[in-house]
Amino acid sequence: MSITIEDFIKKIEDEFDELEPGKLKPDSVFREMFDWNSINALVLIAMVKTEYDVTLNADDLTQSKTVKDVFDIIQSRFQG
Amino acid sequence: MAIFTTAGIKVSGLAACVPSKEVSNYDYKWVSAKEREQLVKTIGVEKRRHVEKGTTTSDMCQAAAEAILHGLSVDRSQINLLIFISQTRDYFIPQTSGIVQDKLGLPKSCISFDVSLGCSGYVYGLSLAAGLMNAFGISKALLLVGDISSLNSAYRDKSTYPLFGDAGTATLLEREPEAPPMHFNLEGDGSGYQAIIIPDGGMRNILTKKSFNYKKIAPGIYRTPLHVALNGIEVFNFSLREVVPNIRQLLKYTGEELNNFDYVVFHQANKLINETLRKMLKLPPEKVPLSIGKFGNTSSASIPLTLVSELHNPLKNRPLKLLLSAFGIGLSWGATSLILQQPYCPDIIEI
Repeated sequence: MSITIEDFIKKIEDEFDELEPGKLKPDSVFREMFDWNSINALVLIAMVKTEYDVTLNADDLTQSKTVKDVFDIIQSRFQG
Repeated sequence: MAIFTTAGIKVSGLAACVPSKEVSNYDYKWVSAKEREQLVKTIGVEKRRHVEKGTTTSDMCQAAAEAILHGLSVDRSQINLLIFISQTRDYFIPQTSGIVQDKLGLPKSCISFDVSLGCSGYVYGLSLAAGLMNAFGISKALLLVGDISSLNSAYRDKSTYPLFGDAGTATLLEREPEAPPMHFNLEGDGSGYQAIIIPDGGMRNILTKKSFNYKKIAPGIYRTPLHVALNGIEVFNFSLREVVPNIRQLLKYTGEELNNFDYVVFHQANKLINETLRKMLKLPPEKVPLSIGKFGNTSSASIPLTLVSELHNPLKNRPLKLLLSAFGIGLSWGATSLILQQPYCPDIIEI
């Protein structure tokens, strides 16, 4: 099974009510898209764990700027 | 591997005590109104209880124990084991268990000692009490478990202050040959000891004037080294990594199916962690009671408090097959599979 960035974006939009559907793009910078804080980081980590069974750590998030950066990490660890 | 079974020990009483003072996270002025909403929604803590200064964990545990001893007219001379599990004791020295032993009028023959465990304390405590009762031939034991986390968290630390509440609990255990077995899977990993820590004031970093200095850790997070520091992401990932395999391993050992349990009661860490664990185990919400909205994360007290608060009626009416899963500070975690056979369970006591 493969995963797509479109699907990842859809899942983020489902999780965060404040995001307007269609606005988030692969090159969108996370911190600019919405009020980024530690709780949002936990929500994202929980979603990625539940949906992809992939663990993101604090370093992954500090080193990621765009949606695609995070997606690339998920894809490299995704086991299907 | 610490997977084992204890037999012939019955939980005959269960009580919880909380402070009467209620604190709402909607009033938490340190963060914006929007952030308050987000806290309540995501962390799941709307209200919690805070002790007045001078009230201790042991006061709450004592009140809970008194309710059981009175309610069941227990002959106190028969209680020969008291275990007090807490990370918020009355004094640095001596141990708190002795003080409670005296206040409860328990005999000098009662073995009493403290155990320093937090979130995992109740599951560890049940195994300790049951194991010692069988090993030493003790007929009745009191397990007192609780914490006051409100005094350790800094108001200006949004990563800890809105999360924690205070509570103390008591569990009466009795030897009864017919009682169903309790199964345990206990684990730990001390390499993660810094994930939840009060750095100063112990023997490693003794108290100095600098211990009282506030530092900015991150936006919205100011605290001293005498306050609890919580690495949210680390605790989160630890919980998601260890809890489900720990439960699966226990069920493999007992040959039980998760579907056959009436309820699965988790340590009330925060709603996001608890809901993620529930989804990972594919459990329906009605089988996984939450008390975190009313009482916050009460550390070691959270499982018995949730039993008394959320399962009061079912507990009274019929035997319940339960899976209890506790995880956190240490790092330390474990699960137990047990059947509670209508223990005496008074309403939550306020102090």
